[in-house]
Amino acid sequence: MTNNKNLKDRTLGEAMQDHGISRRSFLKFCAATASMMALPPSMIPAIARALETAKKPSVIWLSFQECTGCTESLTRSHNATLENLIFDSISLDYHHTLQAASGEAAEEAREEAMQENWGEYLLVVDGSIPTKDMGYSTIAGMSNLDMFLQTAAGAAAIISVGTCAAFGGIPHAHPNPTGAYSVYDIIKMYGNASLDGISSASISNTSGGSVADKPIITVPGCPPIPVVITGVLTHYLTFGTIPELDHLGRPKAFYGQSIHDRCYRRPFYDKGLFAETFDDEGAKKGWCLYKLGCKGPTTYNACATTKWNNGTSFPIESGHPCLGCSEPDFWDGGGFYKALSVPTIDIPSTVVYAAAGGAAAGVALGALNKNKKSNAIRQHTKTTIDDLEKE
Amino acid sequence: MSEIEFLNWVRGPAFEIATVIFIAGVIIRFLEIFLLGRKTNLAEAKGSEMSSGLRTIVSRSIPDKNTFKRSSFKIVSGYIFHLGLLVTIFFFAPHILLFKEVLGFSWPSLPTAIVDAFAVVSIITLIAVLIHRLRDNVLKFLSSTEDYLVWLLTILPLITGYIAFHRIGMTAPTLLAIHILSVELLLVAFPFTKLMHAFTLLIARWYNGAISGYRGVQS
Amino acid sequence: MSTSSSVLDSFNIQTSHDLTWNVLPLLHQVKHAMDNLLENNTNEIIDLRSIPLAPGEEDNLLKILGQGEVKAQLNALGPSEIIETQYNGVWLITHYNDENEIVSRHIEVTYMPEILLSQMQDIRSSSQRLSEKLSESQTDNSTDNGQNEKH
Ligand code: SF4
Ligand code: SF4
Repeated sequence: MTNNKNLKDRTLGEAMQDHGISRRSFLKFCAATASMMALPPSMIPAIARALETAKKPSVIWLSFQECTGCTESLTRSHNATLENLIFDSISLDYHHTLQAASGEAAEEAREEAMQENWGEYLLVVDGSIPTKDMGYSTIAGMSNLDMFLQTAAGAAAIISVGTCAAFGGIPHAHPNPTGAYSVYDIIKMYGNASLDGISSASISNTSGGSVADKPIITVPGCPPIPVVITGVLTHYLTFGTIPELDHLGRPKAFYGQSIHDRCYRRPFYDKGLFAETFDDEGAKKGWCLYKLGCKGPTTYNACATTKWNNGTSFPIESGHPCLGCSEPDFWDGGGFYKALSVPTIDIPSTVVYAAAGGAAAGVALGALNKNKKSNAIRQHTKTTIDDLEKE
Repeated sequence: MSEIEFLNWVRGPAFEIATVIFIAGVIIRFLEIFLLGRKTNLAEAKGSEMSSGLRTIVSRSIPDKNTFKRSSFKIVSGYIFHLGLLVTIFFFAPHILLFKEVLGFSWPSLPTAIVDAFAVVSIITLIAVLIHRLRDNVLKFLSSTEDYLVWLLTILPLITGYIAFHRIGMTAPTLLAIHILSVELLLVAFPFTKLMHAFTLLIARWYNGAISGYRGVQS
Repeated sequence: MSTSSSVLDSFNIQTSHDLTWNVLPLLHQVKHAMDNLLENNTNEIIDLRSIPLAPGEEDNLLKILGQGEVKAQLNALGPSEIIETQYNGVWLITHYNDENEIVSRHIEVTYMPEILLSQMQDIRSSSQRLSEKLSESQTDNSTDNGQNEKH
C-alpha cells in the first residue's frame, strides 16, 4: 500500500509502461475493455486516450448486510489479466473481505484512505443497511449506518453493488425484520443528518461533505454480472465520469435493455411456443420460458448479451427462467415460477369465496326484490274510464 | 412505491379486490334477474321454448338485409371490435395462462403478431365507433355518461396492453402494471354497467325466442 | 468450439440450425461494411458480445465465415488469434487472457487490423533497446575480442 501511494500521481499509461506492457498489449486491453464496458468498438481510441491519462483512484469497499455473493462474483470474473490490470490501476484501500489487514489496522487503513483522498475516493457498497436496531450489523463496533454516512461524506461517488445495496434485496424483502434499506433510501432518509456524533477523531478534514447529493450508481443483480461490476469501475477509472444512468440509477450501457428484448428465445415467444414444464418437448427444443415464470420481460440486465462465466451462457440459455434479480423487490414477486401474467394471489379460492358471498348477497337481494314486486302488485290499482274522464 | 412494488400490488391485492367485486357482482346481478321470477304462463304451450330460444340466439346474431343496409357501420364495426376483443383476450398466451390458473384448463394460443394485429384493428374500430357516436345526433342524444365510461374502460386495456407489449415510453414493469390495473378497473365496473351484456346477451336472446316458441310463432 | 457443441449435445440443448435469427442480419452487416470499405475506405468493428446469440449460433457464424489466407498469433497479455476469414477484408480477432479464456471477440472489416501493425511507441522503445544492445556488444567486442577468437 505504501507502494501505491508513491505511484498515486502517475497515470495509468505510465504505470503500464513501467510494467513493460507494450502498446500493442495496451490496444488489446482497450479492445477488451470496450467490450466489457458494453461500449461500441468505435470508442476504442477514445478509451485508449482516456486510459493513458487516467489517474489511479482510491476505492473503499464497504460490506453491510450481504452474503458476500457480490464479492464472490467479482473475484470469479476469471478475466485474470484484465482484472488484475484494473485492480492494479485502482487502489482498493479497504475491502474487509479481500484485505489482509483486520481489526484496528483495517479500520485505520480506511480512515487513512479517507483522509488522504477526501472528496475523491470511490465508495463501493454491497449489502443493505439496517435501521431498526443498530446492533443488527456492526463492523469494529460501529453500526453500518454510521460507517456508511461517515464514509459517504467524503466520497466522490457511491457505487451500490448488488441488489441489496441497490434496492434492499433479501434483507429488505417482506417482512423486513431489520428495517433494511438500500443506499439510495438511506441517503434519502439520513442524507441531511448531522455527522457530528459519528465523525471519527482521526479524520480531521471531514468538512463540506454533504451526503445528500452524492452521485449514486446502482449495479443491481443477485449477484451482478462480474464484468458489469468491473465495467462500471472501469468506466469511472477511464473517463472519471458517471456513466449514463436510467431512472433507477443503473448504467444504461448494461441495463438499457430488458432480458426479454435481447433474449435469443424471443422468436419462440413471438410464435407462441412455450415450454410448459422443465422436461417437456418444448423445454428440450429451447422454447420460451414465459410459462415457467420467466421475469425477463420486466427485467433490465445485460445477461442475454454479456452472459455469465466469461461469456459461456446465461440462466435462460441453461433452461431456467429469469428471476428478475436486478429489479427492486424481486423477492416479493409471488414466486419465481409464477408467470408474469398470473396474479400473485390464489385466484381459484378467491373466486370460490367471492362466488359464495355473491350468491348469498344475490339471494338476499332477490328476496328483497320479490317482496318489492309483490308489494307493487298489491298496491297496484287499475285505471278506469272514470278516472280518465275526471281529467 | 417502486415500479416492481406497484406491479406486485396490481398482481396481488388489487387483483384480489377486483376479482371479488367482479365475481360477486356478476352473481348478484344474475340472481337478481332470475329470482325475480315470472308469472306462470297459463296458456298451453304451442311449441318448444328451448329450440326456438337457441335458434334465436343464432338468428338475431345475423342482421337481416334491411337492418344491415340501415346501419351497416354499426354492425360491421361492432362485429370487428368484438372479434378483436375475443382474440386479444382469449388467444394471447400470457392471458391464457391466467385463465388456466382460474379454470384449470387451457387452449392453444395464437402467435403474438396475429394477436397484435387484432388489437390494433380493435383499437382503431373503437375509436371510429366513438367518432360515429359523437357525430350522429340521435346517438349522441341517446348516450349517457355511462356509455362513454364503458367505451373508455374497454379501450384502455387494449391500448395499455398494446403499449406494454411494445414498451413505448416507460419501462416494462410500469407498463405491465398499468395494463393489469386497467383490466382490474374493467372487472370492477363490469357487473354494474352495460358491460354485463357480455353475459346477459345470450340469455335475453334466448328468452326472446323462447317466448315466441311457446306461442308457436316464428321469432 | 467443437467441445462446446458436444457439450450442448450431451445436455440435449437445441443448437442454432433453425433459429439463426441474428446470424443472417450480422452477415448482411458485414457485407455492407465490405462495400463501405471499398467505396469510402472506412473500417468497421463489430463486437460479438453485444449481439444476442443462441447457443451454437456463434459457431455457426464462424463456420460460415471460415478460414482464409492469413492466420496470426499474438502474444500480448495472453494469446490472441487474428485470422482473415475466407472473405478477404473480413477479420476475426479473438483475444484470450493468460488462462486461455476469451476476453473479447470482434469482427473487423478492414485492410489490416490495427493490432497487427507495429506501434510507434513500441518501435521507439525497441530501437532504444537495440541501440543499447549494440553498444553493449560493442563494448563486449572490444574487451572480449581476443578470447572469442580462440574458440
Ligand atoms: S425466455 Fe423469458 S426473456 Fe426469453 S423470450 Fe421467453 S419470456 Fe422473454
Ligand atoms: S437472467 Fe434474470 S435472474 Fe438471472 S441473473 Fe440475469 S437478471 Fe438475474
